[in-house]
Amino acid sequence: MYPENFRYTKEHEWVAAVGDAGTIGITDHAQQELGDIVYVDLPKVGTHIEQGRSLGSVESVKAVSDVYSPVSGEVTEINQTLAEKPETLNSDPHGAAWLVKIKLSAPAELAGLMSAAEYEAYIGAEK
Amino acid sequence: MIKKVRPHLSQNERLVFERSSPGKKAYQLPELDVPAVDAAEALGAANVRAAIEGFPEISEVEAMRHFTRLSTWNYAIDHGMYPLGSCTMKYNPRINEVVARTEALAWAHPYQPEALAQGSMAVMAQLEAALAEITGMDAVTLQPAAGAHGELTGILLIRALLEKRGNPRKKILIPDSAHGTNPATAAIAGYAVQNIPSSATGVLDVGALAQIVDKDVAALMVTNPNTLGVFEENIIQAAEILHKKGAMLYMDGANMNALVGIARPGDFGVDVMHLNLHKTFSTPHGGGGPGAGPVAVKKVLEPFLPAPRLKRTGKKWAYDFNRKRSIGRVKAYYGNFGVLVRALAYILAHGGPGLRNATVDAVLNAVYIRKRLEAYYDLPYSQANMHEVVFSDDRQAKLGVRTGDIAKRLIDYGFHPYTVSFPLIVHGALMIEPTETEGKHEIDQFIEAMISIAQEIETDPQLVKTAPHGTRTSRVDEVAAARKPVLRWKPA
Amino acid sequence: MRYLPKSDSERRQMLDACGVSSPEELFAHLPQAVRLGRPLHLAPGISEYEIVQYFRDRAAENGNGYASFLGAGVYHHYRPVLVDTVVSRGEFLTSYTPYQAEIAQGTLTTIFEFQTMICQLTGMDVANASMYDGSTAVPEAAMMAARSTGKGRVLVARSVHPEYREVLLTYARNQGMPVEEFGYDPETGTLDLEDLERKMDDFTAAVIVQTPNFFGIADQVKEAARIAHGRGALLVVVFTEAVSLGILEPPAEADIVAGELQSFAISPSYGGPYAGIIATREKYLRQMPGRLVGQSVDSRGNRAFCLTLATREQHIRREKATSNICTNQALIALMATVFMTVYGKQGLRELAAQNLAKAHYLAGKVKPRFSGPFFNEFVVKVAAVDDLNKQLLKKKIIGGLPLGRFYPELSDSVLLCATEMTKRADMDVVADAILRAATPKEVTA
Repeated sequence: MYPENFRYTKEHEWVAAVGDAGTIGITDHAQQELGDIVYVDLPKVGTHIEQGRSLGSVESVKAVSDVYSPVSGEVTEINQTLAEKPETLNSDPHGAAWLVKIKLSAPAELAGLMSAAEYEAYIGAEK
Repeated sequence: MIKKVRPHLSQNERLVFERSSPGKKAYQLPELDVPAVDAAEALGAANVRAAIEGFPEISEVEAMRHFTRLSTWNYAIDHGMYPLGSCTMKYNPRINEVVARTEALAWAHPYQPEALAQGSMAVMAQLEAALAEITGMDAVTLQPAAGAHGELTGILLIRALLEKRGNPRKKILIPDSAHGTNPATAAIAGYAVQNIPSSATGVLDVGALAQIVDKDVAALMVTNPNTLGVFEENIIQAAEILHKKGAMLYMDGANMNALVGIARPGDFGVDVMHLNLHKTFSTPHGGGGPGAGPVAVKKVLEPFLPAPRLKRTGKKWAYDFNRKRSIGRVKAYYGNFGVLVRALAYILAHGGPGLRNATVDAVLNAVYIRKRLEAYYDLPYSQANMHEVVFSDDRQAKLGVRTGDIAKRLIDYGFHPYTVSFPLIVHGALMIEPTETEGKHEIDQFIEAMISIAQEIETDPQLVKTAPHGTRTSRVDEVAAARKPVLRWKPA
Repeated sequence: MRYLPKSDSERRQMLDACGVSSPEELFAHLPQAVRLGRPLHLAPGISEYEIVQYFRDRAAENGNGYASFLGAGVYHHYRPVLVDTVVSRGEFLTSYTPYQAEIAQGTLTTIFEFQTMICQLTGMDVANASMYDGSTAVPEAAMMAARSTGKGRVLVARSVHPEYREVLLTYARNQGMPVEEFGYDPETGTLDLEDLERKMDDFTAAVIVQTPNFFGIADQVKEAARIAHGRGALLVVVFTEAVSLGILEPPAEADIVAGELQSFAISPSYGGPYAGIIATREKYLRQMPGRLVGQSVDSRGNRAFCLTLATREQHIRREKATSNICTNQALIALMATVFMTVYGKQGLRELAAQNLAKAHYLAGKVKPRFSGPFFNEFVVKVAAVDDLNKQLLKKKIIGGLPLGRFYPELSDSVLLCATEMTKRADMDVVADAILRAATPKEVTA
């Protein structure tokens, strides 16, 4: 369920990186908790983000959740399809519904994040 | 099984724009007794608009039917109980509507000379005095338009006093059980919010409070009884802790219906509070407003109140605009006068003893509901409750049914739902406040409905999860409404 | 007491079910120190008739039957009978905020119609379900502009209603939002555009103007827009006299419109309750405060309405909300909706035209101080403001607002308002009194 090549945060974000090119999203667990997504608020391309800082938010009818960046870097692309079809975040949170692409400024940060197995154990314990 | 309601034919009705056609009229203006004026000449051609595109044109009969039909799609207090927690949905006395329409009061212009506004001023003065007595405070402002507005006023008063003392400070402490307006208000007033967790029993943790209060804390905002309906038994101690460190105690008066005539916030350490006239004092909710949020203060905060203040000079009322320390206006004119009239009429009708009796009945009703439902729904705490009771949906959630579903099924039984999923400190909350204006019969029907629903969840959970079934409109797709907002009608 | 529907025996039954022998036991858990321990010092309850009499006595102290030439943000317009008929229905009067859409379609539908009509009236894309009033809509619009632009400063015209500016200051001060005023032209009564240009900078979030302005004059919205937009600020246009939109061009260049609907069948009622609105462009939608009603479908596919975009609001966002506002003025907005429906497309224009005619008749007899184009109120310089108004009171006429209380430079002037309800005969008396005071005392019959 949770891709092996992703790294995960305690706030339920994922990052997939090849070299310093990263893609960030929220996990399937997160979208389940939120319910039907109605709106996604993303930063502008070029924004500099620090690890742990909010890069935007995801909204359902009854709740808003900040999305915290798993890594530091510069936003190089945002997922335009989410403006038209926020529901993709419910159906494909690990694939088509990526949020932003980022140029990592400190790839070493990845080592401090959870693996897929660790993340699955983490959400299992939360329940 | 369902005793309170039966299905009934209700009229369909389109939007007023969809009934419209050119030339239909619902109005007639008198003939002008002065010459007509050419708009383009008087205003300049560029300033004159074209016709208001899309504005309706319908006849009086159609207008009457339109609004009447729409009204029949609403549930209202006049139909039956609204067990909404902390909303205090009590009966809206009709005499209040009559007196608010007394001509020289309803037609009075706020800039009328004071000599011609003595009656309006006397009404406001009498209400201020009554509210001061009820709350045990020293002075009252009637200017704020609603509860949240009153909260903002109250926090600004605190800021002004602390500024005068040399340091406005930085933070406001807010319990995690608080209503959302509390942190929103603190932010608008320019303060950072620090959450203070409730104790295991749901009340204020004075130990934690003592640790947290420092010179950066301007105030604690507390609701008493709290949003669980439980009296904050350590409130006096909390006030002492705050005052020792130069901080203030703000009370959200939303739950005053549990206290009127029994206990007064001014007597248990509150420095400033707001009241909700549309809750405790019976002014009608009208589908979402208007309200009024008077703020009552201790003497130390009186100089900062919004201007003008009423003063008595000889036999007359006058306005004192010369209030150098005032925080300024929070609203134009003097307050929601029409709402103030209704609240005063309510107070006059009850009188001192009557107000206390109302409180006793309000608490009796809620405690009765607790006793009769605690075998069926989980109570997340054990202390005595006052005018409202909060259950959790834990038991039902195990069968896949949540508080929101139960609320929707309650609609089929002929009731408005209770408050769903609030306060946030209770998982899957059912927050129930009957108020004193519910009789035993109505409350018993409510209890029977809740018990029946609890039983339905055991035998047929789907029935509850897909409720309501008996209403004209079934569950509305709120997701679609938020994804693709359509916020106005447009012609095809 | 007639509002408490329990008999003593029913109380008894309920107390028994609670396992409690007396009502006082229900409060036994309260600490002794908090209990009041004495009756409230309030007189005992009185009968319905006595309540009516109490308020009649207060009404008598207000004086009755005066003709009024006061405007200044609150207007005397006729209230069609249908308005009170509709809002007096219990289903509208005693219902709650429409959080449960299935049993609140009446309220939700009328709010949707309201939002639509406000857009049609103002020329904006989207309108909310009302704010407390016009005076609080102004700071809400300013904060909205600050959020949308990321800038922190506001410029407001002196010709915006003085009490609205006071409220703006109260809010702005606590948001760390500097507010600066710019003036009006002493000849025309319209915006002093040079002053605006001088005070404008790149850190301004909003320029706030009113039209018709406090002096009743249709102001220069296009020019203000040019200056504001030229430096990346939003233009907020305020109105206090909604009837003017029946004939005046709506402010198409505005980014945000903040207004007061009291003129639409809302009783003056000594200052409230009223209903404000915020209307704006599509792109600022998510920064908009207050409730919004949206169209959707129910599970059977029928059109249905519900509250939407609630994630902007306090009950979800809490300290990050667009505002702390919870209440909207639903019942008051309903009055306005009924009014707009009764008058409709033709009626509102005819009503505005009548207001224009009345005020211009009066203005034709006395000389307006400002040359700018005005709607239903205007400023007149008079010989002795207090004397004039005293004289008029003797004739059961409340004269225009003496402006000295808000504009020291205009303390020799009054603001006169005439609406469709103003009688020609009363206007003749006022004009006569003004003219006679202006001529030297030697002239006698």
